[in-house]
Amino acid sequence: MKIKFQLNGDTVSTEVEARTSLADCLRDNLGKNGTHLGCEHGVCGACTVLLNGEAVRSCLMLAVQADGEKVITVEGLSGDELSPLQASFRKHHALQCGFCTPGFITTAHALLSNEPDADENRIRDVLSGNLCRCTGYISIVEAVMDARKFYAVHEEQQ
Amino acid sequence: MKVANSYIGRPMERIEDLRLLRGRGTFVSDVNKPNQLHAVILRSSVAHGVICSIDRSRALALPGVSHVLVAADFANVVPKIPLRLQPLPQLEPFHQPVLAQDKVRYVGEPIAVVLADTAAIAEDALENIDLEIEPLAAITSREQAEAMPSVLFEDHGSNAAITWKAFRGDADAAFKTADYVRRDRFKVQRHAAMFMEPRGFVAAWDGAVQKLTVWGAAKTAWYNRRVLADALGLEVDAIELVEVDVGGGFGSRGEFYPEDYLIPAAAKLVGRPVKWIEDRREHMMTANHARDIECDVEIAVSRDGKFLALRGQVWADIGAYIRTNGSVGPRNVAQYMSGPYCIENIDLKSTMLTTNKTPSGTYRGPGRYETDFARERMIDLVARDLKIDRVELRRQNLVADAQMPYPLASITPYDSSTELDSGDYHAVFDLCLKEFDWWERSKLRGKPIDGYYHGLGVGSFIEGGAAGPKEEARLVLETDGSLSVYIGSSSVGQGLETIMAQIAADATELPYERITIHHGSTSHVKDGYGAYHSRSTVMGGSAILLAAEKLKDAIRNAAAVRFGCVPSEIALDGEQVSHGGKAMALAGLADVPIEVEASFFNKKYTWAYGTQAAHVAVDPGTGHVKVIDYLSVEDVGRMINPLTLHGQAIGSIVQGLGGAFLENLVYDENGQLLTGSFADYLLPTASDFPNIRSITLELKPCPNNPLGAKGAGEGGLIPVGGVMANAIADALSHLNVQPMELPLTPARIWQLVEDAQAAAS
Amino acid sequence: MKPSSFDYKSPATLHEAVSLLESGNGNAKLIAGGQSLMPMLAFRLAVPELLVDLKRIPGLDVINIGEDGVRIGARVRWCDIARDRRLLRAQPLLMEAITHVAHYQIQNRGTIGGSLAHADPAAEMPGIAVTCDAQIAIIGSAGERIERAANFFTGPLQTSLGPDEILTEVRLPPWPSARRWAFREFARRKGDFAMAGIALHYDLDDKQCVVDAHVGAIGVADRPIRLAAAEAVLNGGPVNENNIAAAAAAARAEIDPPSDIHAPGAYRRALVATLLTRGLIQSIGR
Repeated sequence: MKIKFQLNGDTVSTEVEARTSLADCLRDNLGKNGTHLGCEHGVCGACTVLLNGEAVRSCLMLAVQADGEKVITVEGLSGDELSPLQASFRKHHALQCGFCTPGFITTAHALLSNEPDADENRIRDVLSGNLCRCTGYISIVEAVMDARKFYAVHEEQQ
Repeated sequence: MKVANSYIGRPMERIEDLRLLRGRGTFVSDVNKPNQLHAVILRSSVAHGVICSIDRSRALALPGVSHVLVAADFANVVPKIPLRLQPLPQLEPFHQPVLAQDKVRYVGEPIAVVLADTAAIAEDALENIDLEIEPLAAITSREQAEAMPSVLFEDHGSNAAITWKAFRGDADAAFKTADYVRRDRFKVQRHAAMFMEPRGFVAAWDGAVQKLTVWGAAKTAWYNRRVLADALGLEVDAIELVEVDVGGGFGSRGEFYPEDYLIPAAAKLVGRPVKWIEDRREHMMTANHARDIECDVEIAVSRDGKFLALRGQVWADIGAYIRTNGSVGPRNVAQYMSGPYCIENIDLKSTMLTTNKTPSGTYRGPGRYETDFARERMIDLVARDLKIDRVELRRQNLVADAQMPYPLASITPYDSSTELDSGDYHAVFDLCLKEFDWWERSKLRGKPIDGYYHGLGVGSFIEGGAAGPKEEARLVLETDGSLSVYIGSSSVGQGLETIMAQIAADATELPYERITIHHGSTSHVKDGYGAYHSRSTVMGGSAILLAAEKLKDAIRNAAAVRFGCVPSEIALDGEQVSHGGKAMALAGLADVPIEVEASFFNKKYTWAYGTQAAHVAVDPGTGHVKVIDYLSVEDVGRMINPLTLHGQAIGSIVQGLGGAFLENLVYDENGQLLTGSFADYLLPTASDFPNIRSITLELKPCPNNPLGAKGAGEGGLIPVGGVMANAIADALSHLNVQPMELPLTPARIWQLVEDAQAAAS
Repeated sequence: MKPSSFDYKSPATLHEAVSLLESGNGNAKLIAGGQSLMPMLAFRLAVPELLVDLKRIPGLDVINIGEDGVRIGARVRWCDIARDRRLLRAQPLLMEAITHVAHYQIQNRGTIGGSLAHADPAAEMPGIAVTCDAQIAIIGSAGERIERAANFFTGPLQTSLGPDEILTEVRLPPWPSARRWAFREFARRKGDFAMAGIALHYDLDDKQCVVDAHVGAIGVADRPIRLAAAEAVLNGGPVNENNIAAAAAAARAEIDPPSDIHAPGAYRRALVATLLTRGLIQSIGR
């Protein structure tokens, strides 16, 4: 089936089987390897992308369901320099093996974009949908809390 | 050995983060080769049985399916996987064949390899393979293994593979004369490393040059290459194992599994690249399980609380085969049960039982987590019996600095002895209690507040590291003045590139920014060993130190030629060399790169150590446990990067809490794995354990390596099970609730409360 | 874990969707958010030949609040409910319950209709529907029908939906402002399915005695259930320590919870009593 959607700001078209997940389509058809598969049954969150600005598990979506929608992957949140959120992760050592990291980046970005004043409890609640086996989460929560100021400023500027 | 101290010890932000944060890492599932086939493995859905027939015709008829390979397609004699550690001849009957041929012994055992255009088509093919297995009685517990309605290995005749014996002094004599003896049974559940990136390989055979390249290596690439070469009948040099980014290992990834043979062998057989990436369901039934032990232990103590002896029996449920390092955990339970305490008489046997479950191997702190649970629980129980404060009881028995090096139990067969190297265990113990505010918090012990009963737990631990025998480093000063460092250590996500760069920068006195670390691939050094037993910093780092001295000599020699003087007159100054007021840049110093190699050899383990304390609140109505505060204090001798070390400590503690409360690989009586997804195998999440603190000290450097460092990174989890169980028992002491088994699920705690209340009435 | 092959259609009307389901001869399945269906496809526990997507059908994503109560369209997502502040007064029990549903990313895709049609006995939404005596609006080839929630759930992961039927809306009764309520569940971790959960509401007459008690339980049977014996104990009397204890005892006696790897039946039984006790105490303060 032919599908067409916005990916990281560009229009992309590709052909998929109906059964192809959005995650597999991003990785195999569209070269976006930053989205990772840790479980393929919707628990680990490593596959999280932004769909129309909201964090979703791309392994729990069919690629055909993305037709006509707007998708942003971790690559779409990354430039030549680390973003303020990414720099905060690095500063707080909020990653070790890095496999779960793109999912945390997209999830945290969605959260802070929509709720820049999220408190620690809210941050923990939201991040509880992403599994990390290396860090024990404390540094990740600290990194996201420390990054809030960049999103609040951004909001004020609007 | 003098090392300039500017990068070592600094919390440098990690080099690897720059790519990992932007999704620009390369994990094995990101590797693709032109014309590749996707492999999916047909696995047994029966725990124990005889393979009667396998009909591949319907599967082969599916469009897009190119091959369905069974054992006979690979070799006349199916290779078996040798043991990397403790390779005793009497364990050979228990080696796993890379593909099941006549018998299957666990759900998940590989039977065939399907190759197809896509992974989805290959999975379709699985359903079209007609497999007939005649079931045999499944052995799924110690009782059944001993009762033997069936035997996994008929020639061996029993389900007990081997019994290890840890010994020191004369335990029987000590027990005969002891004032007080206590005997208990403990159980730790089967759980596993469960790293986030599933395993995988991409293999390609170049027939023109007769070379096999395999991407996806980890942990022990050089050893694995030797095994693979042997199994395929190739020269070692014909194989290159390439390590890319690795999504966690924790002792489990990177050992030689059946797929380490099957995927490269398939690629060689069919002449096209083959890509295999396991899925999570598969992972749960194939990657090494761990920690499944039961023990029956006695402790002998003098009236005034001096530990005299340990004696008892451990049973380890190791699953259907002995894996490459499958003996390590069971041995460690016996050998290290004394932990950081003086116990001079030890007689502990550890029997490995084969069952129809996934085979087991090491997982972070193998055997140590289990043995600490038993020992720390026993200490609290002894304290209660003898009416000695459990803090005092521990303090009076900790090994003292003056007693170092302090011998631990020896173990046989495959004899090994070791001794604690250095450490002020008492100082760390006291520091932990002080930082934790133990005595102030003690006022809350046993008190109900808002329906929750409060309790405290404490435990001390030792963490062995830096297994030898050696590690290699190769340094290359490139013609542009940059430094390439090649090491045998492997990355499993621990920040290797950064830590080694810090060590290399200090040792070579070259700029940190101009150093690149290359790790893990067999093309990098001749004879590397890898990442296990918390050895990379000590072994790889020390190899770099040695190589750095050689490099500086080589630079001085090259500069001496250019300056026309003797090498000792050359001064090294960052990116340049100088003599008699004149300087020359390193870039272009020589026409060709300057290359040196060095190996660091080590026979002695390092022993990091520490103490942990916990404050919990327990709701007897639901069995819910809140971890109000958790503190770990550990002395590692020398920290290379405090940022990454702290991360390891916290991550390790959370794994320990997962094992204490949540994780459990559960089988039914037919050997079916009931916990086959993340919906049932529960890992800690960000909201479960928010209150964890860790302090790392550099109190007593290790005397046995030039860095003075002790391997660290596993210690955090080692005492967690015992500390948690002790804290819960403390909280519910008014009921005399005594947990003797992990995990401490709400249902188990509730049941203990029910039983205690029934007993009281 | 790739699904088996299937066809996919995204019709523009309910009528078309029903026809497609009919044509599937029992081998077609609906997909909305897919948060429950996709894992089943991945594990090949579901092997449909056709998936019919509800995403383009208008009118299914609306929350209507009026005198006759709350009407929630099948495609309304958890995050839509959480954001609709009107529901804090119009259905506070629902609002509280959904804070326990899954996780952030799932809340952005998962739908009411999907959850009800999936019918997990430990899920919150089916529990709320049964507790509040909701009506479920259904359309199929035989036309439209309304079913009481209590009759809609017929077993574990089973509903009365025929293979050609689509759940279009759930209707919750009006909520008096003085109503007392509580929702308590206990799960292994935040967002996990409950080992057991209680949803309750009741009104008080002018003597401060309970009328029209609704006590629902999840995770203790093969479907969400009302605890009739507990309700009978509560009705007609004040909410005091004795009656709370008696209601909890009645609840304990009237259920026969299953055992699984997370919790044995005896534990769930005790848990229900504990949660009911705590829920009733909490409801007093409302």
